[in-house]
Amino acid sequence: MLVLLVIILFYDAKDAVLQYRLDFLTTTVWDPVFEKFGAAHYIYGTLMTSLVALLLAAPIALGAALFLAEYAPRWVREPISYLIEMLAVIPSIIYGLWGFFVLAPFMRAYVEPFLRDVIGPVPIVGSLFSGPILGKDLLVGGVILAIMILPTIAAISREVILAVPETQREGMIALGATKWEMIVKAVLPYTRTGILGAVMLGLARAFGETMAVTMVIGNSSNEISPSLFTPGYTMASAIANQFTEADKEIYFSAVVAVALVLLLVSVVVNSLGRVLIWRMARGPLGLRI
Amino acid sequence: MDSTGQSKFTSPMAEASEPVIPEDETTTGNGIPLGGLVAEDLSAWYGSFLAVRNVSMKIHPKAVTAIIGPSGCGKSTLVRCFNRMHEVTPGTRVTGRVTLDEEDIYGPEIDPVQVRRHIGMVFQKPNPFPMMSVYDNVAAGLKLEGVRNRALLDDVVEASLHRAALWDEVKDKLKVSGAALSGGQQQRLCIARALAVEPEVLLMDEPCSALDPVATSKIEDLIKELREKYTIVIVTHNMQQAGRVSDKTAFMMMAEDRAGELVEYSDTREMFTNPKDERTEAYITGRFG
Amino acid sequence: MEGETPLHTSERALQTGRLSRSVAGRLRMRYAIDRLMTGVIFACAASVVAILFFILAYIIIKGAPALNLDFFTNRPLPYGESGGGVAPAILGSLAMLGVASLIGVPVGIGSAIYLSEYGRGPFASLVRFTIDLIAGLPSIVVGVFVWALLVRQIIGQYNGLAGSVALAIIMVPIVSRTVEEVLRLVPDMLREAALALGVSRWKTILRVVLPTAKSGIITAVVLSTARAGGETAPLLLTALGNQFFSLDFSAPMAALPIQIYSYAVAPYDDWHTKAWGSALVLIIVIGVLSFLARQVVRGPTLGR
Repeated sequence: MLVLLVIILFYDAKDAVLQYRLDFLTTTVWDPVFEKFGAAHYIYGTLMTSLVALLLAAPIALGAALFLAEYAPRWVREPISYLIEMLAVIPSIIYGLWGFFVLAPFMRAYVEPFLRDVIGPVPIVGSLFSGPILGKDLLVGGVILAIMILPTIAAISREVILAVPETQREGMIALGATKWEMIVKAVLPYTRTGILGAVMLGLARAFGETMAVTMVIGNSSNEISPSLFTPGYTMASAIANQFTEADKEIYFSAVVAVALVLLLVSVVVNSLGRVLIWRMARGPLGLRI
Repeated sequence: MDSTGQSKFTSPMAEASEPVIPEDETTTGNGIPLGGLVAEDLSAWYGSFLAVRNVSMKIHPKAVTAIIGPSGCGKSTLVRCFNRMHEVTPGTRVTGRVTLDEEDIYGPEIDPVQVRRHIGMVFQKPNPFPMMSVYDNVAAGLKLEGVRNRALLDDVVEASLHRAALWDEVKDKLKVSGAALSGGQQQRLCIARALAVEPEVLLMDEPCSALDPVATSKIEDLIKELREKYTIVIVTHNMQQAGRVSDKTAFMMMAEDRAGELVEYSDTREMFTNPKDERTEAYITGRFG
Repeated sequence: MEGETPLHTSERALQTGRLSRSVAGRLRMRYAIDRLMTGVIFACAASVVAILFFILAYIIIKGAPALNLDFFTNRPLPYGESGGGVAPAILGSLAMLGVASLIGVPVGIGSAIYLSEYGRGPFASLVRFTIDLIAGLPSIVVGVFVWALLVRQIIGQYNGLAGSVALAIIMVPIVSRTVEEVLRLVPDMLREAALALGVSRWKTILRVVLPTAKSGIITAVVLSTARAGGETAPLLLTALGNQFFSLDFSAPMAALPIQIYSYAVAPYDDWHTKAWGSALVLIIVIGVLSFLARQVVRGPTLGR
């Protein structure tokens, strides 16, 4: 019935984009250097910012989830969970605004010089933090994304941790473990799959974020350099930016092609995340024989 | 099997073993402890609800003491006070004294983690850690203590599994997940796990209630063997089991205000053939339960 | 039994105060780690909350100065002229949300009904999978899709209808999921009683099940509106935005999030303040809506 509509929508999506897909192939013939180079840059940007976001957000979100599930008394749990959810409700554009006016200048003035001075000299890792500091770059993009995916990872992780049976905890405590030891040895291994799923879903969200990232990432197509201080693009921000500049048919189709890539990536990661969480619901032995 | 399953006129003592009650001493001359547990005026609360009232009893070392009584009479709560598990639940409180070999386990300088090493516990529903192998389950307590020597761990794991009468059944599958065993095996695994840290006392909270009769009798035999080395306190709702396995029995009951009280405590043989309190007699002859 | 394994005999020899805290150095370290990690965990939770407050504080502080009557009633004016506001944007947002709801809510409810009432079988799984898929789509991809369909092909220019459709697509999964959950809460007995009385399946749903789930449906609408109201990216590609008052759905239309963006990337401080002001308005509205939605879920649904 009405449901069929949903399916038709889906088909239309495929149609519209497929049509452009053919164009995309011709595009690479005509503008090989420009377009191909550009797309890789966007993919790189998406990957780097998402990676930074995950590295920053996952531990903190997990910590917050552990706090809610293991440490907080009942009366604290509700309000704090709610506050964390509030972070999720803030629209992307407002994060972008805040990032643009508050975070980026702060990073440029204090954090990035600090990083460059302290970690810059370290071989290999240091090249992440080298080069001119402009304030709007991949790193800031990553940080703002981290803040945005925090609530997602935290909320799901909290549920997963709460689902661990009490008997597991008791068993570990009865053996003579401290609370932290109990968490590390009995609770967390049990939740491995579920937390991985939470992280995947957070990643999926990071891939798709547009406005917040657009405003802090610099939006320029320089060469791919290892430094996080270079301005760049993510696929999403590229689409948003390039759209208004697109004038030729080919330009449009290229941008739509990027959207297609983004679509595929996001679907894959999302599905993976959901499968993991679903697996978790069936019990921790999903991973073993 | 419940208490009315058998004819009232078959004394549960028909299957009883010979009571073995050692000397009423808690330490031998050269200071090696025997594991005598003494409760003095022990009371336990859940918030403002009094669950156990003023229990005083002496648990004999290297003997099996059974605690019986109708549901809700506080048996489990009492036993959980013996290894300081009761206080793990938020909002709980314990008053009174519990001494292990004359050392008050609730003393101000006393470390609950250490207490639980000396007083182990086996739970109603077997709770092996599913993410760990059989080997790792047994070794869990030792690893908490920081034991890393592979050879030592191997020895202790093997010895503990032998003591739990499980070695022959699992010696070829030590790497299998702890949860992949049958119910009875899982419970013996939990016993092995508890024994691996060499406690003086082993508390067992209805260890057989989730098991089939065959597994149950295996564990009862095991208990009779373990008695030679460990002090055992077993909570059971099955009187016949208490009769078969224990040297002394304590009978608890719920008072009008729903607080649990110790009604009678004596040699098992005595209690079942010649109970002193009429409430005990009523319970034993199956008039309620 | 195998022979005794002499375990920790040297430690056992030290019998005095063996239960006390001061025994092994290793134990002290274990406790130190425990305390340390507890602190770390508390810090994590605290920092998340702190970030939230930090952001909200900025919005309030920077946005409040912009709020005046002119802000709410006037349209954006070119730089140089004083005043100017976001009225068209507010209007446009409301208009597009309204149309989006008209499209999205029925579709969402429809699929929720289908899933909860006829929810077995491969087709239902497909539908559920599709809904989840759409829920996970980056909003900009939705924008591209609608652009390709409506802006490019059917209408030929950026327009408000495309914006509404894009918002509707975003709303459908939220509505569907929320309503499906609520429908599941309706006890089967109600359905069976109606059917036993000879009421047709369809009527049962319309007259019996839906009204029971009313509050849940309201929640769904509120939640999805709150979410869609904040979306920018899809609108950039479809409705484009407009400086003037316009309710012409076949032409570009203003929306609050787009206005925020325009004001923010402009080089004028005054406009930046307006951006903050608009953000403040937006967050207040979304916050209130979300809060209401939660209250509704707690109240009436249980009070039956």
